[in-house]
Amino acid sequence: MGKAIVITSGKGGVGKTTAAANIGTGLAQIGKKVCLVDADIGLRNLDVVMGLENRIVYDLIDVVEGYCRVRQAMIKDKRFDTLYLLPAAQTREKDAVNPDQMGKLITELKQDFDYVIIDCPAGIEQGFKNATSGADMAIVVTTPEVSAVRDADRIVGLLEAQELYDPYLVINRLRPDMVRKGDMMNTEDMIDILAIRLLGVVPDDESIIVSTNRGEPAVLDKRSQSGQAFRNIVRRLEGVEVPFMHLENNSMVQRFMRLIGIGGKS
Amino acid sequence: MLEWLARLLGSGDHSKDSKDMAKERLRLVLVQDRALLSPGLLEKLKEDIVEVLSKYMEIDEQSLEVNLDSSDESVALVANIPVKSVKRRI
Ligand SMILES: Nc1ncnc2c1ncn2[C@@H]1O[C@H](COP(=O)(O)OP(=O)(O)O)[C@@H](O)[C@H]1O
Ligand SMILES: [Mg+2]
Repeated sequence: MGKAIVITSGKGGVGKTTAAANIGTGLAQIGKKVCLVDADIGLRNLDVVMGLENRIVYDLIDVVEGYCRVRQAMIKDKRFDTLYLLPAAQTREKDAVNPDQMGKLITELKQDFDYVIIDCPAGIEQGFKNATSGADMAIVVTTPEVSAVRDADRIVGLLEAQELYDPYLVINRLRPDMVRKGDMMNTEDMIDILAIRLLGVVPDDESIIVSTNRGEPAVLDKRSQSGQAFRNIVRRLEGVEVPFMHLENNSMVQRFMRLIGIGGKS
Repeated sequence: MLEWLARLLGSGDHSKDSKDMAKERLRLVLVQDRALLSPGLLEKLKEDIVEVLSKYMEIDEQSLEVNLDSSDESVALVANIPVKSVKRRI
């Protein structure tokens, strides 16, 4: 029986889909059986981030409504045969499925996979309840901004109401240069405020955009710093103790070394 | 120039940094958000206050008011507790 992890945030555009794609792909890369579930009904995106948009025949709502079996709707990844995507319906509303049905679906998927990664829509309404209802644990994604952290805090409370305790935090789009200037909250500041356990820090990184353009998650790119951050996150999920990347208080020497390609622990 | 250098090296006076403002504002707004998160919480708090105070005095429970009050720098729990009568000391 596998583990279902929901990736959520409250605020939109902070990197839930990016995190879902990279964490799922990263887990498959180390040999895990993974099913990515796009729970963002009506705003399907995980398919394009994964580069699988051309293969969709059925979707999650088709499964729930009994038009097809779950195996028929799942799309096999191009790169790993232990990685699958269950796409969201694009032309339906969030209330086309209810938390009960989602819970059953996720439980079914957990029989066949080591990890079921659920990409949650923004907001705190039905979509959130659907995406969280089958989950065993939650990853809260935030960016180092007041509004995103505020929403993350609210989500932590709402997760508790759904009996999802002790969520993990992923800080996304951190900009070391701004942190150094004192113009961006650092990891410590955010942990201090949110008081939840840190799973990883992902830098703001052009390679995320390039990889999204290509439909190839950055976690596959050995040279990508954000890819390294996601590889570390994956190992931490697997229980390995990986030191956190020193994105923030780099000395000039470290920065120079990274610039010329020496070191670069993320 | 010196300040620029200090910042580049990651030291110096950060007291006016915008990230400190962000953190401070978040701290305050979250006190309110968290309290608002459970509407039942304030009610429970009122009940507990009444229970404790009732050992010493008789409270007018109906007109008891408890609120969170935030100014620019701090958040305070403000309670208005009308007393009906005070118990005789034993
Ligand atoms: N670490 C990052 N660095 C740069 N761009 C990022 C990063 N994470 C996410 N993005 C970009 O931000 C946008 C929103 O990300 P997305 O994962 O779709 O957010 P959400 O699913 O939370 O709405 C996308 O265009 C994505 O490419
Ligand atoms: Mg998304």
